[in-house]
Order: sequence, then C-alpha cells, then structure tokens
Amino acid sequence: MKDLSPLTGAVHHDRIHDSAIKHVTGRADYTDDIAEPAGTLHAYLGVATVTHGTIRTMNLDRVRQASGVVDVLTARDVPGVNDLSPTGRNDEPIFPDTVEYHGQPIFAVIAHSRDAARRAAELADVSYDILPHATDALSAQAAGLPQVTDPLKLERGDVAAGQATAPHRIKARMTVGGQDHMYLEGHIAFAIPGEDDDVIVHCSTQHPSEAQHMVAHALGVPLNAVTVNVRRMGGGFGGKESQMNLFAAVAAIAAKRLHRPVKIRPDRDQDMTATGKRHDFVIDYDVAFDDDGRIHAVDGHFAARCGYSSDLSGPVTDRALFHADNAYFYPHVRLTSRPQKTNTVSNTAFRGFGGPQGVIAAERMIEEVAYALGKDPLEVRRTNFYGTEGRDLTPYHQQVTDNIIGRVVDELADSARYQARRAEILQHNAQGGILRRGIALTPVKFGISFTATHYNQAGALVHVYNDGSIHLNHGGTEMGQGLNTKIAQVLADAFQVDFDRIKITKTTTEKVPNTSATAASSGSDLNGMAALDAADQIKARLVSFAAETWGVAADEVRFLPNAVQIGAEVVPFDTLIRRAYMARVHLSAAGFYKTPDIHWDRAAGKGRPFFYYAYGAACSEVTIDTLTGEYRVDRTDILHDVGRSLNPVLDRGQVEGAFLQGMGWLTTEELWWDDQGRLRTHAPSTYKIPLASDRPRIFNVALAEWSENRERTIKRSKAVGEPPFMLGISVFEALSMAVASVADYRVCPRLDAPATPERVLIAVERLKAG
Amino acid sequence: MTDMFRDKIDISLSVNGEPVEARVPAGQHLIDFLRLDQSLTGAHASCEHGVCGACTIRVDGQAVRGCLMLAAQADGADVWTIEGLTDRAEITDLQDAFVARNALQCGFCTPGMLVAAEDLLSRNSQPSREEIREHLSGNYCRCTGYEAIVDAVELVARSRAKGGTA
Ligand code: FES
Ligand code: FES
Repeated sequence: MKDLSPLTGAVHHDRIHDSAIKHVTGRADYTDDIAEPAGTLHAYLGVATVTHGTIRTMNLDRVRQASGVVDVLTARDVPGVNDLSPTGRNDEPIFPDTVEYHGQPIFAVIAHSRDAARRAAELADVSYDILPHATDALSAQAAGLPQVTDPLKLERGDVAAGQATAPHRIKARMTVGGQDHMYLEGHIAFAIPGEDDDVIVHCSTQHPSEAQHMVAHALGVPLNAVTVNVRRMGGGFGGKESQMNLFAAVAAIAAKRLHRPVKIRPDRDQDMTATGKRHDFVIDYDVAFDDDGRIHAVDGHFAARCGYSSDLSGPVTDRALFHADNAYFYPHVRLTSRPQKTNTVSNTAFRGFGGPQGVIAAERMIEEVAYALGKDPLEVRRTNFYGTEGRDLTPYHQQVTDNIIGRVVDELADSARYQARRAEILQHNAQGGILRRGIALTPVKFGISFTATHYNQAGALVHVYNDGSIHLNHGGTEMGQGLNTKIAQVLADAFQVDFDRIKITKTTTEKVPNTSATAASSGSDLNGMAALDAADQIKARLVSFAAETWGVAADEVRFLPNAVQIGAEVVPFDTLIRRAYMARVHLSAAGFYKTPDIHWDRAAGKGRPFFYYAYGAACSEVTIDTLTGEYRVDRTDILHDVGRSLNPVLDRGQVEGAFLQGMGWLTTEELWWDDQGRLRTHAPSTYKIPLASDRPRIFNVALAEWSENRERTIKRSKAVGEPPFMLGISVFEALSMAVASVADYRVCPRLDAPATPERVLIAVERLKAG
Repeated sequence: MTDMFRDKIDISLSVNGEPVEARVPAGQHLIDFLRLDQSLTGAHASCEHGVCGACTIRVDGQAVRGCLMLAAQADGADVWTIEGLTDRAEITDLQDAFVARNALQCGFCTPGMLVAAEDLLSRNSQPSREEIREHLSGNYCRCTGYEAIVDAVELVARSRAKGGTA
C-alpha cells in the first residue's frame, strides 16, 4: 500500500541507503580510513601456539628488540581489570596465564608500523606446561569440562504421556556446524589519548557502550573518561557485538601508556582464529507422532561448542531452545541446553543468535516424520503449524497471537508452483540417472526482542538547528543494514520534512549513553521509537509555541510537508523554527524507548520474552550430481514478512543477503579443527562463503505487502535482520530430498550441516548401500 | 625478512592520471601504498591474500588485486582507483545503477566490485547473466546476496549496448 507523499524519503517508501553515493565513489570512511595523526603507532597480537597449557615462561626480549618495536603489553601491563567478559563472569582475560585455545592472544606488540608489529609478534619465546584439551562439545563433556553458564530447560505438558499415546517415535542425532562471520571489514580499533584519563576509541563495533565499558574496566577509569565512536562497519553480523572489545582495550591501553594514537588491525587469519563464531551444535531429538504426521511430543537436547569462556553463550543457547519449535505446536515438549566449555575460541553472536540452530532441529524432525510416513514434508509442516486455541502455546508458555504462517506458506506455494514442480521433480528422479533434483518449502517464525529484558531500551538525540536543519543521533550502529536511513525516514515523517534536511551522524557514547548492542534485529524497532520520542517532544513544544503565538488551539497546528499549518495560515518549516528559536523554544531533545509488555522468568522457563514474531517462507530447488556430490541451486522463491516495511528496497536487500548467508552456513562454510585443536579453515582461501556464481539461478524475492505488525512497533514494521537467515534451510532440505531420491524417499537422509559436496556424496553412498 | 628485502625502492608511476614519485619499502603492497601514502582509501584491504577482491584496482588497463601486487612492481604503471574513475566520470552509469538497484549494504566490497564489473564490461559489452556471475565470483560480498549487484551490471550492459547510459 503506497500513499502519495510529496516528501522525499518518507517512511514506507523506497529510499536509497544514506551512504550509497559515498560507497560507490569510495568516499565512505571506515575506521581504517580515518587519517592517522603523526606519530600513530600500530599494535599486533602475539598468540599462543598450544591449545591448553599454563604459561611457564614468556621471554619477549627478541620481540622488544625487533626493528620498529616501541613497546610490549602483557597481562601485567593492564592497568585496570584483566577481563573482557560481557556478562561479568570474569572468565575472559585480555591476556591469560593459562592458555585455553590455540591462537589465544597472550601479549601485544606496539611498533611504528603494522608490518613491524606483526613480524615482531612472531618472535616470542614461550614455554608451557601442557594440559589436555577437548575441542568439541561431546569430547569436552566426556572429558568432564564444565558448562560455561547455567543450562536452560523449557518444558510444557507431559512428554512421557505424549510419547505413550503416539504410534510412532524417532530418536536421532544431528550435528550442525558453526560459521565465521567473514565481514569484509575485519576487526579494527584506533585509540587516541586525551587529557587526564580520557581516551577516544574509534572502532568497528556493534556495541559501543559495551566497548566503552570494557575499555574503562581495563584502564581502571570511570566510563565518562572513555568515548567510543563508530560511523559505520564493513559488516558485523554479530561478530562485532562483543568480539571487538579485545581490540578496543588493547589499543586504548597502549595509547594511554605511550601517549600516542594506537591502531590495531589483525590480519584475516588472526581475525578468524582469535575471535568467536557461530556456535556449532550436537542435537539429540526424540519426536513422537501419529499416522497423520501430527507431532505429539518432542524431547530435544542441544549441546553447543561454546569455547573457553561464556561470552554470549548463555543467551545464544537459550535462543536455540526458544526456536526449536520454529512454527510448530508441540503438545508435549521438553527442551534442554548444554552450553559446553571447550578448548576453542569463545563462540559468540551471529545473525540469528542460536535461533537458526533451533529452527533447523524443528525442520529435521518434520523431515523425519515425512519420510517415515511417506508424506510430502510440506503437508507435515502444515499439519503441525501453530493454530488457534489449544494449539498456540510455545514451549516457553508464550501465546502465539500474530500467526500468519499459514497464509505466507500458501501464497508462496502458489506463486512458486510448489506442487506442480514437486510432481515434475519426482518424475524426473523416478527415471534414475546421475543428476537428482530436490525441492523444499520451509517456513520460519522468529521471535523479536532481546531475551535479556533490560537490553530492550534505546535512546536518541535530535537537534533542530535554527536554520531548520536537523541532526540525528541514536544508539544503533550502521553495519550496512540501512538503520540510519530508516531512522532518518522516521524523523522525516515525524517532522514532515524532506529526508535531505536530516544529517545522520556517527554513533558515539558521548551523545547517547548506555545503549544496547545493535543486534537481535532490534535496531530500527528500538532506535526508531526513541528517535520518534525525541521528535514528539520537540514537536509538542513547537505546537504550543505556535498555538500561543498565533492564538489558535493546539489541534489547529498541523505538520504538513515542509510546512506547518497554524490555524488558517501555512508557515514554512524554516520560518517556524526561526521564530521558535527567537522566542527561546528548546529545539533539542533526548528520546527514549523501552519495549512494553515483555517479561521472562528464566528459572521457571516461562514468560513473554518476545514482543512479536516475524514470519517468512522459502522454496528452493536444487540439482545434485550423485557421482560427485556437487550441486547447484536452480531456483529460490521467497515470501517474507516485515510488517509494514519502513523501506521496502532496503528490506528486500536484507532478505536476499540473509538468505544467501544462511545458505552458506548450511552448504559450503565449514569450520574445521585438527586434533591439535588448531582451526585449519582460518582464511577465505580455505573457508568458502557463497560467491556470485553460487546464488540461485532464479531468485524471486517478495515481501508480504499485506502484513502489518499487530503490536505498536515503529510504523507497524517488523524487524528484518535475522529472520530471513533461516530461509536458507530450504536449500538444505531440498538437497536432502535429492539425496533421499536414491533410496526412493523411504529413508530420511539425515544430512549433517554444512551439507558440503563431500557430505552429500557420503549420504548418497550410504543410502544406496541401504 | 632479510634486510635487503626491507630496502626502499624508488618508483615513478601514474595514479589516477597524476604522476607520482615515491620511495617505498620493497615489501609494501600496492593497496597499502595507495591507502596509506596516497590517502586513496576507496579500495579496501580485507583478506589481504588475493581472495576477496575488496582491493581491486586498475593497473595498466587490467583489474588487479592491490594486495597481491607490490608497490615496487607498479613502477612505470598507470594505476586507477575508484576515486580517479569517479572523477573522470568513467563508470558513472555503473555507479548510478548500483545506487538505484541497492547493490550495496555495508559498501566495503563496492569499490572493488565496481572496478571488476567495469573490467568485464570493457571486454565483453554484452555479457549474459551467467557471465556476469562468473566474472564477479572473484569478488566477495557478505551482505547483499549478489542479486542486486548482478542486476545492476546487467542493466548497464544492456543500456551501453543500446548506446546510452544507464
Ligand atoms: S584484500 Fe585483496 S583480495 Fe582480499
Ligand atoms: S555490501 Fe557488504 S560486503 Fe558487499
């Protein structure tokens, strides 16, 4: 639905990314592009070469003596607290005494050039008392390693009773791989010392307030001494939520110690080995169902490789359980997590935050039911969708009240001609042959809100200058998603001014304090509302000024495009602002928002952690070569729900990009540790993200234009960052169908993720062997 | 690294049409020379080992990875970066199409992607979608899913074939 607005950049309309012109001309500045003041030094991390061991001796003489080296930092040189744990667990030292994963940073070198620092970092002479290590969740549990945080249990109904009444039951295990973020801009921090205790840190972080907190903590100074700035990131995807803190802290410590600006930028290998990734999971499921394919009971256990510290693993593994129902009602359910400590880098946030690992478990169970009963998996999906009364409670006891999955799936099945194409593919496969095809239509339902309730707050700062130009600042960070553009649209709409009147500025802890990470897809939901609150305050002052000055009632003052109607008179916006300024009206406001109506009791496993759900569905078709395991994606159709889109063109971009990233997670992106605990896929030469040639040959993406958020979100829109990531599961399931064809669909192929060509081939061979 | 390898080397080259004389460390990569010494930060350093294409620039008419070429090797070369191509309005239609089709999100891949796309179009004025996808497969984009990028390049190819600008 498009209303005609004479404003440029109005809300609900396509609007190009606010930095688009700068991006195509190379004039958008990232942290590494900030001009370095004379005397800038460069830091580099020196890392451990064992997987688990106590540092017995560390001789850094050769490092210090190397050409160009100015200083070396070790744990002893941390002036404040040597810890970076984002949840205050004190388990994430900047530099440890005991090494807990291969490649863990143990010191930093500061030199005149990055090259000099990088070379010197190789020269340390360190001896260790080696300890045993375990790098994956199962062996770590067997070795008696603890959990990094308390596990979660969600339970509803009576699982044993549900299992007893169901005629069928399948128990199996699935492993789901992790994922490296592979943001094109790697980690980077640039610290500039100031007077007294002050330091300014420019860094590529999704969570400036937390970086500020960590830097202050490490320096032993109050938060007000530290300013963290970020204009934009070259991609984040969760990888820069907590993982930037290490670099920010090291740069700041060095800058204060040496009174010189210090920049740190790891190379890609170090970026991949020393920062966390998506958690890989081992999932044990037990699903009980009847002849119609209706699920009666689910018992699921989710063990995750968390790495050596807790980082964000608690909320990540919680979210896996929150999404282990995907769009399906489980009459009786028990879900448990095991956030397992391992001797690997500490895993962290990544788009979906554990949710995708939950969703894929739900989809696997659907597949199991379908293959066991010889049904079309889509039929089983529909049979189990959340419904009304009695079939609308999630495993965490939240009622699903905004369910539109049935309509989304029906519309997509129609537009993608799912049934006809499936019939045609079944026929193709029935002829035998080396090339087999598969098609799958998978849904997603994704809960929106931070599950840590206190994170669901945001601030914004809006100034109207006396020439009528507007300055916008908010707590969210721009990593390409177009957040700044959307918030400026919200402001343009509120003031009824053209988009170009609004200047979007860098995110800085100086302007908006105590912000939450730009994560959980919440960026525009939270910051948009905060900006709107600021605008409403200024507008209220303008209205009362206008009413008083022109002698009209307040309801006779209306904001029109670039003007204000006051009684019978129409005054240009600039003129009103100028007059308001002369009359000493306050033209600046700090806005604030907190999400209403959400609560969560973790101990009880009950509450309403999510404000609303976003929905979507994808239908993918693939062809596999049963002799080599290689495959291609022939076509993908997507219908995705973003409520009333704030900016359809940006939202489509999010959907397209998230889908491909989700597909990469489940197909080509494989993280691989060797027996020594070394990550061997630590650069794009060995770790394969999707390329332009990997995307579906035919790719149709549509937004569900009829959808509108039932909750009072910003302009009735819905979050878009994470939910479409899970649309990539359709590719995985289509591969599964193609594999299943070699055994006439009688066996669920039980592909593990990622379904690399090698895994596809192994599955084909296994099924052929019967 | 031996001291000999650390030696400085004098080079003279043309950068964005302007003559440049410089003394560079023998091991310095061209991308670092451009970014650090010439303040041309449009091309980006990402993987720094020749895989992602974020550092793609034009050297002597060819698309080249700035992280794989040494500055010293550019002695006598004609080097163009996104800044220079913009100033001489050589790829305006491609840039406009990228903007119009929203073929960018974080933008980190964009300058390299544009240079690679222009490289294709300069050699094959009517590439198929398949050819565009293959040609751009040396340039990573982690944000967009490539759909919009391929669309934008196709749009420009068609419009150039018709003798217009996009
Ligand atoms: S930075 Fe040169 S190819 Fe990646
Ligand atoms: S737009 Fe972010 S990598 Fe391409």
